[in-house]
Amino acid sequence: MKSLEELRAIREKMQGKVGFRSEDATQTRVVVGMATCGIASGARPVLTALADAVQEEGLNNINVTQTGCIGLCQYEPIVEVMEPGREKVTYVKMTPEKAMEVFRLHLKGGQVVTKYTLAAEQLGKE
Amino acid sequence: MLPEISLHILDVAENSVRAGATLVRIEVLADTAENTLSVTIADNGCGMSEEQLAKVEDPFFTTRNTRKVGLGIPFFKQAALATGGSFSIRSKEGEGTVTKAVFVLDSIDRMPLGDMTATIHTLVTCHEEMDLYYRYARDGRAFTLDTREMREILGNVPLSSPEVSRFLKEYLDENRREVDSGSAL
Repeated sequence: MKSLEELRAIREKMQGKVGFRSEDATQTRVVVGMATCGIASGARPVLTALADAVQEEGLNNINVTQTGCIGLCQYEPIVEVMEPGREKVTYVKMTPEKAMEVFRLHLKGGQVVTKYTLAAEQLGKE
Repeated sequence: MLPEISLHILDVAENSVRAGATLVRIEVLADTAENTLSVTIADNGCGMSEEQLAKVEDPFFTTRNTRKVGLGIPFFKQAALATGGSFSIRSKEGEGTVTKAVFVLDSIDRMPLGDMTATIHTLVTCHEEMDLYYRYARDGRAFTLDTREMREILGNVPLSSPEVSRFLKEYLDENRREVDSGSAL
């Protein structure tokens, strides 16, 4: 059985150099909808993929978090990207693969992946 | 319907988060002799009034104002009853809520338990402000995770930090594999 003892080593290693996330104006927030509608349509693996990617690349300025239902259940899983000084971007019908594209192109590259946005989805329906 | 029991657990635990719980207890107990898989989610959140409690299993009742239906609890109940199991919710305003679903273990209609590691990991790392106690037991073998113990060891290192997050995943996966000793539920 793996025990919690390993956490002691982690604490020692990180003591002093923990770069505590500041909830200030330089943070980008990535929010995944995790109510029943989101979870039922596959939000958990989307959240995991994004959180893992941000962690692996050590991007301390990006905060992946979750929220409830925003009332667009038919478009779940939904990922909202809120960058300081830019308009909120809402990505719909996400999968872990699409989320990785958003991670690469938008979160790292700064380019909105227009084809996955709510606006594009609604335009396609008309 | 959600495809895994672990997703129902995540869904119900998210209700605990919304109820302002500071401690959530999740227990998954499998007993081959009794042929049951019991899932309990208990929180110390705001609880429900008798009126709310009476309506909570009704799919056309929700406290949200973003949509008109609330399918989480009805789905969970249906999933348990479909196996020949049982379902109950107890709640008291100001004290908390206990949701319990019992599945018949060998029922053909029992969905897989699924990725409990992802469910618990998500709950711990996304809700830094909340404590979680998790116990997984199967025929006498068991392991637990208690974020209160983790915090005591970690001091001011956050549960969501990359190192802790990685450890947590390994801890949940390895210990579950050991308890399962061969076959996942």
